[in-house]
Amino acid sequence: MSSDSIALPRAEAASRPLVDALHGWVTTVDHKRLGILYILYALIFLVIGGIEAGIMRIQLMHAHNDFVSPQVFNRMFTMHGTTMIFFVAMPLVFGFANYLIPLMIGARDMAFPRLNAFSFWLMAFGGFLLYFSLVGANGLYGAGNAPDVGWFAYAPLTSRTFSVGHSTDFWTLGLLVSGFGSIGTAINILTTILCMRCPGMGLGKMPLLAWLNLVMSGMVILAISPLTAAQVMLLVDRYLGGHFFDTQAGGSAVVWMHFFWIFGHPEVYVLAIPAFAFASEIIPVFSRKAIFGYPVMVAATICIGFIGMSVWAHHMFTVGMSSSANTFFVLSTMAIAVPTGIKIFNWLATMWGGKIEFKTPMLFCVAFLFQFLVAGLTGIMLGAAPFDWQLSSSYFVVAHFHYVIVGGILFTIFGAFYYWFPKMSGKMCNETLGKLHFWLFFIGFHLTFDFMHIPGMLGMPRRIYTYEPGRGWDVWNLIVTIGVFFQALGTVIFVTNLLWSYFKGKAAGSDPWDAWTLEWSTLSPPPAYNFASIPVVKSRRPLWDLKHPNDPDWKYE
Amino acid sequence: MNATSMTVAETIQWDRPVRGRVAMFGLIAAEAAIFSIFVVAYLFYIGKSLTGPMPKEVLSVPIFYTICLLSSSLTIHLAVSALRRKGVRGFAIWWFATIALGTAFMYGTATEWHRLIYHDGLTISTNLFGTTYYSLVGLHGFHVVVGLIALSIVMALALLGNVRAEHAERVDVLSLYWHFVDAVWVVVFTVVYVIGR
Repeated sequence: MSSDSIALPRAEAASRPLVDALHGWVTTVDHKRLGILYILYALIFLVIGGIEAGIMRIQLMHAHNDFVSPQVFNRMFTMHGTTMIFFVAMPLVFGFANYLIPLMIGARDMAFPRLNAFSFWLMAFGGFLLYFSLVGANGLYGAGNAPDVGWFAYAPLTSRTFSVGHSTDFWTLGLLVSGFGSIGTAINILTTILCMRCPGMGLGKMPLLAWLNLVMSGMVILAISPLTAAQVMLLVDRYLGGHFFDTQAGGSAVVWMHFFWIFGHPEVYVLAIPAFAFASEIIPVFSRKAIFGYPVMVAATICIGFIGMSVWAHHMFTVGMSSSANTFFVLSTMAIAVPTGIKIFNWLATMWGGKIEFKTPMLFCVAFLFQFLVAGLTGIMLGAAPFDWQLSSSYFVVAHFHYVIVGGILFTIFGAFYYWFPKMSGKMCNETLGKLHFWLFFIGFHLTFDFMHIPGMLGMPRRIYTYEPGRGWDVWNLIVTIGVFFQALGTVIFVTNLLWSYFKGKAAGSDPWDAWTLEWSTLSPPPAYNFASIPVVKSRRPLWDLKHPNDPDWKYE
Repeated sequence: MNATSMTVAETIQWDRPVRGRVAMFGLIAAEAAIFSIFVVAYLFYIGKSLTGPMPKEVLSVPIFYTICLLSSSLTIHLAVSALRRKGVRGFAIWWFATIALGTAFMYGTATEWHRLIYHDGLTISTNLFGTTYYSLVGLHGFHVVVGLIALSIVMALALLGNVRAEHAERVDVLSLYWHFVDAVWVVVFTVVYVIGR
């Protein structure tokens, strides 16, 4: 009898778990669950955006290919760019920030858990809205479905005259909605870092990841808002007959370019600074040394944040600005290389003389160091106005910014996956699959984006759906496309690894890397309340102090 | 971590900024960025309209309603100070005065827009001036309305007796937003009625 009365609720619990679990995930306000939701959401869109890139590369594999029509090709590059920036990179950055920051600063949750959930769902619905255009945008006969105006949607292409139907409206609304979500999350991260630190963790004792995300959220607040304003103006133009970007009525298309890039360039740093943050946490642990030059790293980051807000018009050298404006933006663009260079030297100095362990996260971070350096060097080339006049809107530019976003940012994000997956799931990632993923992706990345510079220098413009044979572009395009298959295979291995390790991986324990920041002091995965009692820290590496009571860091800091 | 660290936690001085204030300053920074874009657009497009009506022909300076809005910053400050001194009644009176002044400002905007639309024939699609004017003033008006809704909710709570001295910090966060909306009006006023006219 007693066994029945126990068995009954157990049977009930067994019949409802899926609905309960889903309900739990949808209504959650826990920063860890929201972080994982962000990351899973981004991974789904990463696959979608990757397929779009693949379609473009197959189309460009050889001259006069007709794999897709020009119209579809336009939609592919628009959707690929928009998806990758707003619905892959941003949610990945926010997902890791959400998950890690409260754990690293010894807090039990974000400052505003409900705002956190609200922001996530805004961003999620922004993505759904963008992709709903595929079925919902056929407003008129002959109007296209998905947006096809390019990810920076230059005026007057976005006006009612040139963009009939609703595809551009879905693009605008999707970005507007997800933009509100981003601003909400940024305010939340900022407040969490400033107000939720555990006792003893002064600003100078925060992990670098927290510092860098503080700068990142400040930049989101100041950079996404102009995009929001510009999207409102575009909506006024499209729906209320306004003239902001209507050149026939005195409006200006160049104003849209300015407003977009005032968002667009800081956005690069919004994505790059969290990537720097991952590198700043992973490189010291796998070099078995404390980070070199902590205060300088912080200062360089703030410096990047400031200068990054004032370089936007280097995207517009070919538009015909005054020579003083050109000079200003050339100089500010060159200036940003200084703090970035300081960071690269600091990471190298951290590795110098260290006992380096080439585990998968470290492999990705080392590759990041060199690739980001090359990306920065081509950035300096393009930052010189005369050089840019020659190569703007060519494949050289496409190669440059993919070097930044894939070679720099995505590589550290992969590193972050391998580094923090044990904390999030409680299971270790498979090292063999991880190394296979690294090498496949590394080879694919270099095949694609090293060789993509060359057709650019030979004059191949971006956004063309096909080209004439015999211009010297053919072989390079073929190599670039072959690289994509390596990257796709690497990504398949990556997803397989995540799934396999989640179900079959060996238990990680709370601190598998012998690391030093607070997230490794709690269980893997952490309980809902994170810490049984709020920790107290005395140095930047609280777990080092705990493990080495005779030689703690706080004696030297 | 363990019992000893907890006792340390209780003994060390550990002050951190108030969450609400930090978040409100974050929101204000974001809003300021949005407004700057609209202000820059307004300034850039001054005198670029190809057709009339022009600002000089149709705009008159709303001095009275501007005084209303700006003085509401003073009344909300008095309301919060009264609440800090446990003067719940004084709080309700000054808070109501703030709402009244804000509403008067919106009435001013409404009459101005009504005149512009029906008398002067200026709409958002008439010319560039109309587009930028209604967007900028409308964006500000929207923020005033949002502020008024928030203030009214607090007013209702106060009338039900649910706003007490311990809520002064939270009410103060809302007053930050209201001060911001007032400060933005100084910029909008300067741009639209002084520089642009």
